[in-house]
Amino acid sequence: MAQCYDIEYLRELARQSRIDVIKMLEAAKSGHPGGSLSEIEILVALYGHVMKHDNDNINMKDRDRFVLSKGHGIPGLYAVMANLDYWPREDLLSLRTVNSRFQGHPDRVRLPGLEASTGSLGQGLSIAIGYALASKLDNDAYRVYCVIGDGESQEGQIWEAALSAPKFKLDNLVCILDYNKGQIDGFVKDVMPLEPIADKWKAFGWHVIKVDGHDIDELIRAFEEAASIKGKPTFILADTVKGKGVSFMEGLIDWHGVAPNKEEAEQALKELGA
Amino acid sequence: MAKYSLRHAFAEALVDLGKKYPNLVALEADLQDSTQSIQFMKAFPERYIQVGIAEQNMMGIAAGLALSGKIPVTHTFACFASMRACEQVRTSIAYPKLNVKIFVSHCGVSAGTAGTSHHAIEDIAIMRAIPNMTVIAPGDAREMRQAAEAAIRYDGPAYVRVGAGEAEDVYTETHHFEIGKATVLRDGNDATIISTGQLMYEAVCASDELRKQGKKIRVLQMGTVKPIDREVILEAAEETGFIVTIEEHNVVGGLGGAVAEVAAEIGKAKVRRLGIQDRFSPVGTAAYILGEEMLTINDIIVSLLEFVKE
Repeated sequence: MAQCYDIEYLRELARQSRIDVIKMLEAAKSGHPGGSLSEIEILVALYGHVMKHDNDNINMKDRDRFVLSKGHGIPGLYAVMANLDYWPREDLLSLRTVNSRFQGHPDRVRLPGLEASTGSLGQGLSIAIGYALASKLDNDAYRVYCVIGDGESQEGQIWEAALSAPKFKLDNLVCILDYNKGQIDGFVKDVMPLEPIADKWKAFGWHVIKVDGHDIDELIRAFEEAASIKGKPTFILADTVKGKGVSFMEGLIDWHGVAPNKEEAEQALKELGA
Repeated sequence: MAKYSLRHAFAEALVDLGKKYPNLVALEADLQDSTQSIQFMKAFPERYIQVGIAEQNMMGIAAGLALSGKIPVTHTFACFASMRACEQVRTSIAYPKLNVKIFVSHCGVSAGTAGTSHHAIEDIAIMRAIPNMTVIAPGDAREMRQAAEAAIRYDGPAYVRVGAGEAEDVYTETHHFEIGKATVLRDGNDATIISTGQLMYEAVCASDELRKQGKKIRVLQMGTVKPIDREVILEAAEETGFIVTIEEHNVVGGLGGAVAEVAAEIGKAKVRRLGIQDRFSPVGTAAYILGEEMLTINDIIVSLLEFVKE
């Protein structure tokens, strides 16, 4: 039942996307490297294999929907989608410039192909629930994926949403937590602890799966498991590293929202084999 | 004249519209009797989404439904939609210009003795300041029914505001609601009253009373506060020189503010704003509060007579 996929191709997609993230942020001189790099494998597993979507037909009716609730991680999604031919990779360098389609936080009006305008934290999971409810109402087969952040999970609306999706039996909805453990002001465990996270989502009525958020195989298996679960939504707790892939960024809060300068970018690109 | 509850008028209209528009869905945040969304629930249980006491989540879900081609209609009180869920309305709904209809009941001071926490005297100002938002405040059942259909047919976010109580019928068969257009309820060139919501009844009564004394006061019902009908305000300023606005809302930023902004651009009319005078509304019956806040027929007449002396 599991569809086969080319893991080398997906790993290469992740590597190339990381390179693009670094180039974009360096060009923009601002943005969020930490959370853009921690989410890459999640996005690659989804867009590179799991999700049904078509870059030539972005409004395809039965496409799976993806909502990046942690909107500041959008450079990661811009990069993955560019590498899947949604838009030219060179256009990414216009990140955060005047009139660019590639805003600092996602704007679906400017950039069709994105499924939601987010950026104000805590709002995306509710939007994803709206998509999932519509899919059920219309007896459509599409599935809905939403990536939230750990710092973001301090917003009350996340828990309103968490409470409601099981009530609506949204087995077509998967919420993925990019658990990179950092936020602007420090470590999540110090700013406002979230643990025990898995227990909380279980208690709210979700099917919970824990994975290594940088292991594409594990992620794909989790998405396949989620698709087999009936009557309840799935929560994937993806253990990730902030700034993953760049040695001097990994695990450091300082890289939450600071762009690399020229020398730092060169070093990062070298590490990524650019 | 007959009276009718605007909540009920909206709910009945929504059931009719539900038959016409299969993609219309209703969302409720645990106030189904108060908002009367219970009527839609009974007619279309499969298209009714009860989210519990979670207005922020409701607005986000509505955004997702709109993104999927539905026409979601959210139901809650004005204070909660405009303040508790304000940023969700702004960022999840208005920013991407999604086709969500935010129906709110118990606007102004109509929640009465429930207390100031349940009054909404800030919501027009808040919603008016959000780009892409349309703000509608019908004044009687006929206008409400027409506004409900207009809001559903309109492609974009709309905030529809009604009170908790009954509204006196004012609209005749010749009156017609259109988004962005004021309705001329009375002609006259001596002065103008501009109303919104159900205080249009008081406006018309004040005009009729003064007409008996030979003073012809124009009455404009601003059923849409945003986009505001600039043309009729400019005409009224030019032709009558004095405009009294009346609303169940703070005088800061509401109808009075909107009218004054337009009138000031040509500087040809004085504008007097009747409404809640920038203080938290007192607690009591709605009628008591309107009296306390000088929003009665007599208060309008007194305001007009200060200008129209001769």
